[in-house]
Amino acid sequence: MKTVSAPYQFKGGIHPDYHKELAWKSAIERMPNPSELTVPMSQHLGAPAKVCVSPGDAVKKGSLIGEQNGFISASVHAPVSGTVKAVVQSCSATGRSCQAVVIESMDDGETEYFEPIVEWLHTHKERLRNRIGEAGIAGMGGAGFPTRVKLSPPHDKPIDTVILNGAECEPYLTSDYRVMLEHADKICIGAEIIQHILGAKTVRIAIEDNKPDAVRAMEKACAQERQGIEIDILPTGYPQGSEKQQIYNITGREVPRGGLPMDVGCVVENVGTSLAIYEAVVHGQPLIERVITVTGEAVERPANLLVPFGTSYRKLVEHCGGVRESVAKVISGGPMMGFAVGSLEIPTGKTTSGLVLLPSGCIQQFSSQACIGCGRCVDACPMGLVPSELSQFIEADDIEGAERIALMDCIECGSCAFVCPAHRPLVQHMRRGKTGVMARRAAADAQTRK
Amino acid sequence: MDSETIKFILTPFLWVGLTGLVIGVSLALAAKYMAVREDPRIAQVTELLPGANCGGCGFAGCAEYAKAIVVDNADITLCAPGGAACVDSIAAFMGVSAGSVEKMTALVMCCGDDESAERRFSYNGINDCAAADALAGGDKGCTYGCLGYGSCARVCPVNAIIIEKGLARVNKALCIACGKCIAVCPRKLIKLVPTAAPIHVLCNSKDKGADVKKVCSSGCIGCRLCTKFGDEGAFVMDGFLAHVDYSVPITREEVIEKCPSKCIRRN
Repeated sequence: MKTVSAPYQFKGGIHPDYHKELAWKSAIERMPNPSELTVPMSQHLGAPAKVCVSPGDAVKKGSLIGEQNGFISASVHAPVSGTVKAVVQSCSATGRSCQAVVIESMDDGETEYFEPIVEWLHTHKERLRNRIGEAGIAGMGGAGFPTRVKLSPPHDKPIDTVILNGAECEPYLTSDYRVMLEHADKICIGAEIIQHILGAKTVRIAIEDNKPDAVRAMEKACAQERQGIEIDILPTGYPQGSEKQQIYNITGREVPRGGLPMDVGCVVENVGTSLAIYEAVVHGQPLIERVITVTGEAVERPANLLVPFGTSYRKLVEHCGGVRESVAKVISGGPMMGFAVGSLEIPTGKTTSGLVLLPSGCIQQFSSQACIGCGRCVDACPMGLVPSELSQFIEADDIEGAERIALMDCIECGSCAFVCPAHRPLVQHMRRGKTGVMARRAAADAQTRK
Repeated sequence: MDSETIKFILTPFLWVGLTGLVIGVSLALAAKYMAVREDPRIAQVTELLPGANCGGCGFAGCAEYAKAIVVDNADITLCAPGGAACVDSIAAFMGVSAGSVEKMTALVMCCGDDESAERRFSYNGINDCAAADALAGGDKGCTYGCLGYGSCARVCPVNAIIIEKGLARVNKALCIACGKCIAVCPRKLIKLVPTAAPIHVLCNSKDKGADVKKVCSSGCIGCRLCTKFGDEGAFVMDGFLAHVDYSVPITREEVIEKCPSKCIRRN
């Protein structure tokens, strides 16, 4: 085990105010089970899970309530024991609606977990992959890509490096930081399980240099004769936590256009995912809860909570002592990549990393103006794109033109919009353009199939 | 003037004159033997069309449509801006019967403006309805209602649409029923209705009455009073939403007062 500074540094990026001091001292506390949970069937990327319980059924903590539905999908388990009250349509933070199972909780302490695999080092890799699949684990960094799929690369793409993403470059959020401080041992074992499944030579744990105690905790946990684990300290900056940028910083490899990390022999997993893998394999616990940071200047008592999925945002805020001043903006996730939400009646899920409540003094509303051609977005873009030109193509409805200058390589990190002096909603333009490209590609696919 | 000078002046005249003659004769022959004959009626039908070139008929412009009428026997009732008068004159000219064509107008099937309909959050992004709709389903509390960011008004070739209190309104005196606004509306809220129809149900929400009331005070709650007090068959229920059947003549306009949420209105 050794600790090094990351040898490379991606181009661009920004330095927003971090505001992590609000919540980073609060230890993870378990939130009491709410009386009623609304567990959405789509907490991951891909097809929503298929509901496999009906109203009136009794479920135990960990019982399967949603079956994996297709290759890119993940199963959903009951986060608490209780009775299924109804199957309803519920709204996610992005405004999409999906089916959800409403469970009336009952604290009987009963669980229905999988059989623990203690001797995982001597267990067949396929069995471990299946366990990760049946436990419903999806990437907990934010995108929610099913982990089983990520851990099953094709044979012609050997993986030599596993990167554990503990950068947490989003302002305000401290959930990964607290997880690293308090569960470093478990994260290390999770990392070793991933390394074992993929047959990777090295594990690199990436942490930004503004979290020295997380680095120390991970060093301590990895100190005992663990092979091939290395801690890479990244300079603080946004978006250090982005997959492609992190791979470049640590290995110097660039993920090709339209490609995946596996094309350059890497797999990146969030530290939270690693913890979930440890729980699923060693304790047989499916993914039913996660650590969520509830923070922001408008919250009475910012905290890092261990929350069962399906708890509504309102319950989180109530548990943190309610709001201090009038809230002007509520963001699900971090302020850079998260979604502003219009209601607190949204259930938490596998990808909810935080809830940021901001008072009116902390936010500004701008009216956007025409591009002044200053090029600051070009300097800030970590993907080397030209956001100003892209946005103008999209504004003129020339989606093809935008696609030609690499619209689809945009990672929607928001660095361009952050620096834009004309306050142009650049990320919104990019998302709109991408939707247009996807629609066109789908139409073209349908045409060729005909 | 000596003969040299005369020759010096005359030679170019002669050459240019001769070249002109040859080109003139060949053009005359070409015009006679290589002529492309266009049906003169195409130009005449083009004259009869209003010349708005709006594309609402589905052809590239008025001339293209005229060509389609003359050459391909296209339907002569497609020109919405021209209306019945235009169809009648084309029918008389082409010697075909037109049947009856009703003048149509676009209508925004929503009356929930910022006074009666609630907005869930304040939207501060691209001024475009499709972009607003893509962001968490739009800021309007009602997922069926008009977002009011004016995408329809911007595509209207005759500026017939205005945005008032966060709601798009079509001026039926200006509307040429070209259908461009219908295509651009992300909520599919604009419909072509007969200009002569006196009353409309200005709501598109298929939600249950209680859910509608939560977000809009002027949405159709599906109470069916209009089917009771209106003319026989003039109001049709589609789940929790009433529609006007425009084929039924309306005589009893008191239904406007009977509607509890006042979403039955004159246009």
